[in-house]
Amino acid sequence: MNEPLLAVRGLGKAFREYRSEWQRFAGWFGFKVSTKSESWVLRDISFNVANGESIGIVGQNGAGKSTLLKLITGTLKGTTGSVTVNGRIAAILELGMGFSPDLSGRENVYHSAGLMGFSRQAIDGVIDEIEAFAEIGGYFDEPARMYSTGMQMRVAFSVATAFRPEILIVDEALSVGDAYFQHKCFKRIREFREQGTSLLIVSHDAGAVQSLCDRAILLDSGRLLRDGDPATVMDLYNALIAERENNTVVIKQHASGREQTASGTGEARVESIALLNDRGEPVEFVDVGQPVTLHIRVGVHADIPRLVLGYMIKDRLGQPVFGINTHYTNQAIENATAGSVLQFDAVFPMNVGPGTYSVSTALVSTETHLVNNFEWLDLALVFSVSNLTRTPFTGVAWMPPTIEVSKV
Amino acid sequence: MKEILAAIWSYRHFIVSSIRNDLRSRFARSKLGALWMVLQPLAQVAIYALVLSRIMAAKLPGIDNRYAYVIYLMAGMIAWSLFAEVVTRSLTVFVDSGNLMKKMAFPRVCLPIIIGGSSLVNNLLLLATAIGVFLLIGHPPTLAMLWLPLLIGINLAFGLGLGLILGVLNVFVRDVAQVMTVVLQLLFWLTPVVYMPSIVPERLRVILEFNPMLHMVVAFQNVMLYGRAPGFNGLIVMTVASAVLLLLALFLFRRAAPEMVDVL
Repeated sequence: MNEPLLAVRGLGKAFREYRSEWQRFAGWFGFKVSTKSESWVLRDISFNVANGESIGIVGQNGAGKSTLLKLITGTLKGTTGSVTVNGRIAAILELGMGFSPDLSGRENVYHSAGLMGFSRQAIDGVIDEIEAFAEIGGYFDEPARMYSTGMQMRVAFSVATAFRPEILIVDEALSVGDAYFQHKCFKRIREFREQGTSLLIVSHDAGAVQSLCDRAILLDSGRLLRDGDPATVMDLYNALIAERENNTVVIKQHASGREQTASGTGEARVESIALLNDRGEPVEFVDVGQPVTLHIRVGVHADIPRLVLGYMIKDRLGQPVFGINTHYTNQAIENATAGSVLQFDAVFPMNVGPGTYSVSTALVSTETHLVNNFEWLDLALVFSVSNLTRTPFTGVAWMPPTIEVSKV
Repeated sequence: MKEILAAIWSYRHFIVSSIRNDLRSRFARSKLGALWMVLQPLAQVAIYALVLSRIMAAKLPGIDNRYAYVIYLMAGMIAWSLFAEVVTRSLTVFVDSGNLMKKMAFPRVCLPIIIGGSSLVNNLLLLATAIGVFLLIGHPPTLAMLWLPLLIGINLAFGLGLGLILGVLNVFVRDVAQVMTVVLQLLFWLTPVVYMPSIVPERLRVILEFNPMLHMVVAFQNVMLYGRAPGFNGLIVMTVASAVLLLLALFLFRRAAPEMVDVL
């Protein structure tokens, strides 16, 4: 009776290439064939998921997260090892698979629930619930080709979660349309969890993993690097990112999807920039209110009579949150000589709300970049803030109040 | 084998609803809708009849119906169209459903079964229309038609067996589907659908004998035109061929299934 809900044993997945497809065919008939190349995307993965336990799966792009999930749901077959599941798995990763544009929402519900193995009778019992949850009104009986993407997502999510599964696989970054429905979805996921469903959550968000998961698994280059409590694992993940970031600063910026703008005459340049925690380690995920150091190293390439460094923290929409420069703080460098390297450490508590932020830097001679602009760098650094330890709050700033309540 | 049957049984609702959707979506938003399912093969029969009836009609001795050639054509077409549809669609079924197979876990064996089912419905509609036409042109059905369910069953099994083997191979070598469109055309003309085997020179007829579809088509013509039982030999050849192909298909499918998604 103490069987784990999900047992993964020595799981590995290799994509094999044969010298010729004929060799592959021969292999099916039991002939010994050698493969040209094998690329292992997962190797020797073992872990258990107990009933009701929620697990976060983290790792960088290409670490093997999707492959692992596909092996667990059964769309891919492992090359080595085994996956044993004692219950039903539902995945909300690819919503709306198998939807036909010519069928109405209602018919699509029956069809895609059939794809999950449910009978017509079983769906008859919950169709009203599905319709109510999707909240798309009269469109439910219109052909799906008339749906907006959001409406299709609503119907698809409602079907995917119509029956409580024993294991629910969720991509935390999954977008299910508008904020209202997003909240409704996560409410349902939380309800499932309270009723005993195990969650497997794929996420890059340290906050989500720590608040939703009992355990986290870190994958790196197809291997299970760490299986442990979320905080430890996320720390390791942070370190892993930091390590990689130091090597490939420029590429990382462009991977964020936004364009980095750099301009200036180049007499001085930002050589490196990092956000450090109180132990001096580079971090990408920061807790609200956490003391941090913005560490900027500037290389001077020509003699400059006066050098000012400014930085600006912007929110994800590019709105300035906080900006300051060494002209205002009366710390301008007079007569910087070519070849020197200057180090700036701005120490401050991260008193901003949860979200992603970017840092822009400016190397100038006065308080504006209009006189001398040595270098202006947008998106010099990107970091995320999540609320792990503080009272829940909303907004872009952390202004902890002392609230006194009294009857008058 | 047992687990395959169990999987099919537990996904029977999905299979039924897929067949229904398949038939529906094929003709969604067309004015004549499902009528097209029979109109197309009928139009083809009409064209062949128009072009070839003068030449061919004389070659059908013993039938005193001036539409004998039309009946002959239709009988052959009913056999051929089921075979051709099943093979053509099975050929690309895994490639076409690649996305679905990559993202959803469901018994893959449902896919060919859906094709078989929807092609079968198609074929039965065509058969019903043909019988209607036969009544109109004064060729009432005979007791020999009772052979039809068996013949259709064997025809379906044969098409599925061949189609599934080629469909599995096509996942790994996409040339298969390209080659097969040509081969199917050739095979059509190597099968006596629009002509009679009697017009083929003796020494070439040996080649025709190697075409299993010949036996199928001849059986349909025997039953539907001449009102007599299909030849015993042809029936045995087709049954054995279907059984062998289906078993080989299942074997290949089981071996290939774990690797299919990797290359889709």
